[in-house]
Amino acid sequence: MNITTILFWFLSVVALFSALMVITNKNPVYSVLWLIVTFFAISGHYILLNAQFLAIVNVIVYAGAIMVLFLFVIMLMNLNKETEPQKNRWLRMAGAIAGGCLLLVLVAALKDTDMKQQLAMTNGGNIGLIKNLGKELFTTYVVPFEISSILFLSAMVGAVVIGKKE
Amino acid sequence: MPINYYIFLSIALFAIGIVGVLTRRNAIIIFMCIELMLNAVNLLLVAFSKMHHMKALATDAATTVGTDGQLFVFFIMVVAAAEVTVGLAIIVMMYRNIHSVDVNFLNRLKH
Repeated sequence: MNITTILFWFLSVVALFSALMVITNKNPVYSVLWLIVTFFAISGHYILLNAQFLAIVNVIVYAGAIMVLFLFVIMLMNLNKETEPQKNRWLRMAGAIAGGCLLLVLVAALKDTDMKQQLAMTNGGNIGLIKNLGKELFTTYVVPFEISSILFLSAMVGAVVIGKKE
Repeated sequence: MPINYYIFLSIALFAIGIVGVLTRRNAIIIFMCIELMLNAVNLLLVAFSKMHHMKALATDAATTVGTDGQLFVFFIMVVAAAEVTVGLAIIVMMYRNIHSVDVNFLNRLKH
């Protein structure tokens, strides 16, 4: 068992455990903090796959910007354990069973795929580095890149229009 | 690492996100579970990109096969960020009007 395998299992257990804590925690602030742990574990997976650019962007955009926005909104509304609405027990159980069935079906369908012997390359390959991704982004994907900037502008304007008082 | 480990990890994270959406009533938590599902898909895209890259490396040492997958992940992150700003603005608006983030109150939209 080499260090890559150990790190893979460690990061997977951290990601799954913290994801479970996100959906089981009663306090929304703790849920946000556990989700940040999940995102860091996924960033660790990216680093293990040598996708360094995506690992950094994941930490900056998701764990940084988006989660701060969530935390800010939760604290603005003063949500806590007491104000948290609860579904009744049967509905929660039905939801868990439905999700479990989806998990079962997908695992059963993909258990014996042809490509299961193939390896995902860890600790190597340089396609995940900024040089390669930047070159590809500003040549082949330059039009989607510019369109996404328009999307950001419209999202910004939309958020201001929705959020402002009448 | 074998690719099916990554497939099963992503499926498990995705299913946890689904269960969260189905079992919670707080609109913000539902939003966070959607982010979790997006991240599960991102992880699988990166794993597949590295899988195809490794296969292409066997024939060509300077290949850039698999770059597309990682750029899709980048665009998914961009769209997710835009989605979160608008979605949270809508949730703040809803809280201002009905003083709650409980999605069950939203059924008054149909009247």
